Amino acid sequence: MVEEVLHRCEAIIRDVSFATVRRWKAEHPEGKAIAYFPVYAPVEIIAAAGMLPVGLHGAGDRLEIQHADARFGSFICSIVKTTLELGLTEHLAPFDGMLFSSICDSARNLCFVLKRNFPHLYVDFLHLPHNATSASSRVFLRHEYARLKAALEELGGREITDERLREMIERYNENRRAIRALYDWRAAEPHRIRAWELYVLVRAGDFLPVEEHTAMLREAGEGFARRQARPRDSLRVVVESAFCEQPPLGMIRLLEEAGCYIVEDDFTLGRRWFTEDVPTDGDPLQALAESYLDRSVASSVRHDGRRPRVRALIEKVRARRAQAVIFLIAKFCEPAYFDYVLFKRELEREGVPHLLLEFEEKMYTFERVQTEVETFVEALLFE
Amino acid sequence: MAEYRGEIHRRQKELMQQWYARLDESARTGWPPAICLMISGNCVELLEAFGIVPMYPEVNALQLAIRHQSLEPILAAEEMGYATDNCAYVKADIGAYLLGLTPSGGRLPRPTLVLCNFVGCNTYIKWFEHVAALLDAPLYVLDVPFLRSEEPSPADVAYVVAQLKEVVARIEQLTGVPFDMERFREAVRCSQQVEELWSRIKHLARHRPSPFDAYFDAITLMGPLYVYRARPEGVEFFRLALAELEAKAARGEGVYESERFRVVVEGPPPYPYFRAFRDMFARWRATAVASTYSTVGGIWEFGFRHDPERPFETVALHMLAHNLTNRNYLQRYEQIRRYVREWGADGVIIHFVKSCRLFSAGQGDMRDYITKALGVPTLYIESDLEDPRYFAEAQIRNRVDAFFEALERHKHAIAV
Repeated sequence: MVEEVLHRCEAIIRDVSFATVRRWKAEHPEGKAIAYFPVYAPVEIIAAAGMLPVGLHGAGDRLEIQHADARFGSFICSIVKTTLELGLTEHLAPFDGMLFSSICDSARNLCFVLKRNFPHLYVDFLHLPHNATSASSRVFLRHEYARLKAALEELGGREITDERLREMIERYNENRRAIRALYDWRAAEPHRIRAWELYVLVRAGDFLPVEEHTAMLREAGEGFARRQARPRDSLRVVVESAFCEQPPLGMIRLLEEAGCYIVEDDFTLGRRWFTEDVPTDGDPLQALAESYLDRSVASSVRHDGRRPRVRALIEKVRARRAQAVIFLIAKFCEPAYFDYVLFKRELEREGVPHLLLEFEEKMYTFERVQTEVETFVEALLFE
Repeated sequence: MAEYRGEIHRRQKELMQQWYARLDESARTGWPPAICLMISGNCVELLEAFGIVPMYPEVNALQLAIRHQSLEPILAAEEMGYATDNCAYVKADIGAYLLGLTPSGGRLPRPTLVLCNFVGCNTYIKWFEHVAALLDAPLYVLDVPFLRSEEPSPADVAYVVAQLKEVVARIEQLTGVPFDMERFREAVRCSQQVEELWSRIKHLARHRPSPFDAYFDAITLMGPLYVYRARPEGVEFFRLALAELEAKAARGEGVYESERFRVVVEGPPPYPYFRAFRDMFARWRATAVASTYSTVGGIWEFGFRHDPERPFETVALHMLAHNLTNRNYLQRYEQIRRYVREWGADGVIIHFVKSCRLFSAGQGDMRDYITKALGVPTLYIESDLEDPRYFAEAQIRNRVDAFFEALERHKHAIAV
C-alpha cells in the first residue's frame, strides 16, 4: 500500500530523535553518521567511507527554540536556529560529524559556531565553487573533494577506494534517476502523485541508506501506478525558493488544496541535484567535481555564469507547461530574496504570473496564505 | 564633543573628491575605464596595472547613508521587489541607480566589467549579479575559497591565481589595454607601503591614551585605504597620517582630554546615525583601540603585506586569508581576543547590523565566548549600517550608558 509507505516517510521526516540513524548505527557498530546542512553535499564520498550521510534540514516545527535565539539573534532564518537548537538539546547525539558548504553567510557562520560548541564533532566546511566558467574550478573542486575524502578516511580509520566511490556514485545515480522519474511522472499526471506525497517520499531519503530509499521509491511508484485518480481543475505551478529551510508539510498540502498542481519544485533540492548521471568511469572525484560544475540543477545558492538562473526558471516553467510560479521563501533567506527580484523581472517580461509567499518552518496557521493562494488561483483559472 | 580634526581629515576629503571626479570623467569621456569591485579582500592592484579606476558600490552606499540620503533609494529598491530583510547596502546602491542619485552629485560610469571578488560575503555575488543585469555590463565572479582552515592550501592559492590571470585576459580584451607587469608590481609595491604605514597607525592605538579612535577615526582613513591603496597618493596620505598621529602620541594626546575606557568594537557602524553613535561613546570618553570593521579590506596589523616580488601570489593570499570577511567566525573570535589582550581593552562592543549576516549571524555566540571564555565585559546592540529605520536612539543610548556604568564599577572592583 502506497499510503503505508507515505505514512512511514512522514514519520521519518518528523522524527528529531533520528531513529533511522540510530538503527543504522546499531547495525553498523563501526559506522559513523555525518549530517549535512542543505543544499548539496557529495554524499557519495561520505557513503564510500562506510558512513551514513544524513540530510539535516533543521528541526522544523518539532522543536521549540529555547537556547539558539541567544546565539543567533534577530533577522536570522529559523533553520539556522533549529539546527543549533538540536545540538544544544543533545539531539545531535547520533551524529559524528556535520558538513556545511558555501550557500549563505548565516549557514557558514553556523558551521563555525557548531565547531566551537561541539568540539567532539567533526565539523567541516566545503567550498563549492561559484565560477563554473573557469577551467580552474574543476581542478580546485577535485582538490576540495580529495581533502574531504582524506578527512573522512581519518575519521573512519579506513581507506576510501575508487572502486567503492564508483559503486556509491552508481547507487546514488540510481536513486536520483528514480526521483527524476517520479518528478517527470508527477508533472505529467499531477492528480496521481500529490505534492506532499512526493515531498515526504523524497525527503525520507535524507535519513536512510540510499539503497533502502531507492527500494522505497520503487514501492511507492508501483502504488501510484495502481491508483485510481481523476484530474481536477487546478493551476499548474512551479514552486521556487524553498531549497534550504523546508516549509511545513501543512503549507505544501495547502497549496494543492487551494487549487494548485505543483508540477515542479525545489524542495530538498540536494536529493536530485544532478540533471543526469554522474559518470562512473574514470576518476570518481573528478567525475563528482565536474558534475557539480556541469550537471547541477539551477539553484539560488550556486552561481553559474554560463547559465543565468533567471533563464533556468523560465525553461523550467516551459518544460513543465506551468501556468504560474509560486515563490515560497523562508523568512530571512537572503539568497532567495535576492533572486526573487531578478526572477520577478524576467517572469514579467515573459508574461508568467507569480505569487510571493513567505514561510517559517515552524509556522502552524495558514489561513491568510490559503486566502492568498485561492485568490491567485481563481484569478488565473477563471479569468 | 569635539574630536581631533587635523590635516588627515582635510586631505581625506580631497582624495575622495578626486576619486569621484575621476569616476565622473570616466562617465563623461569613457576614459579611464571603470571596473566595479567590492571592498573586502580585493585585487585593486590589478586594476591599477591597467590604469583603471575602481568603483566601489559599498563606498557609494555608505556615503549616501552618512549624508542621510539612504532611505529614499532603499524604498525605491523595495518598490522594485527587494525585501525588507535584504542587505540595505545593496538596496541603497540599486535604488540610487534607479533614481539617478550619486553621493557626489557627479556621474557614475557604466562599468567596463563588474568584477565580483567573492570573499566570504555571499551577498556580494547577488549584488554584482544585479548590478551587471541592471547596467547590462559583463560580470566576472572571482571565486575565492573561504578560509576553512588556519591557512589557505596550495590548491586554494593556485585557484585564485588562475582566476586573476583570467581577469587580466578579460580586461585586456575589454579595454584593448595590454597588461603591464611592471605597473602591476608598482601597484603592489604601493600597497605594501600603505599596509606598513596603516599597520603602524593601528599599533599606535596600543598607547595610553590612544592618539586616535580605531573605530570612528579608522573609518575616515578607510576611504583612502580602499580607493588609493595601490597608488602613490595612498602612500603619501598614509605617511602624513602616521606622522600626524605619531606626533600626537609623542605629546601624550588622546582622543579625549583623558581616556576613561578602552574598547574593541565589532561590526560596522550605523552610518545614518554615525555622529549620534560616536557621541554615545564620546560622553564616556571611551576610545576604540581596535575594531574588526576596519579590517574588512585587509588585516595588516598582524604582519601580512603584499609583495612586489610575488605579485599574483600575494594578491591571492590577501584575498584568501588576510581580510576579515573571508576568514571564518572562530578566527574572528581570536582576532578580538588578541585585540583585547594586546591592545589593552576594558570591554567589547558588538554592534549587530541587520543587513549584514556575514558580520552578525552568530554574534550571540560570540558574546558568549567573549564574556564567558575570555571574561571580558561585552555590550551587544542592534541596528543597521544603512537603513535609518532600525536605529532606536534612546534605547541604544540607555544600553551604552548602562554598560559604561557597569564597566566603571567593574574596573573599580578590579582595582580594589
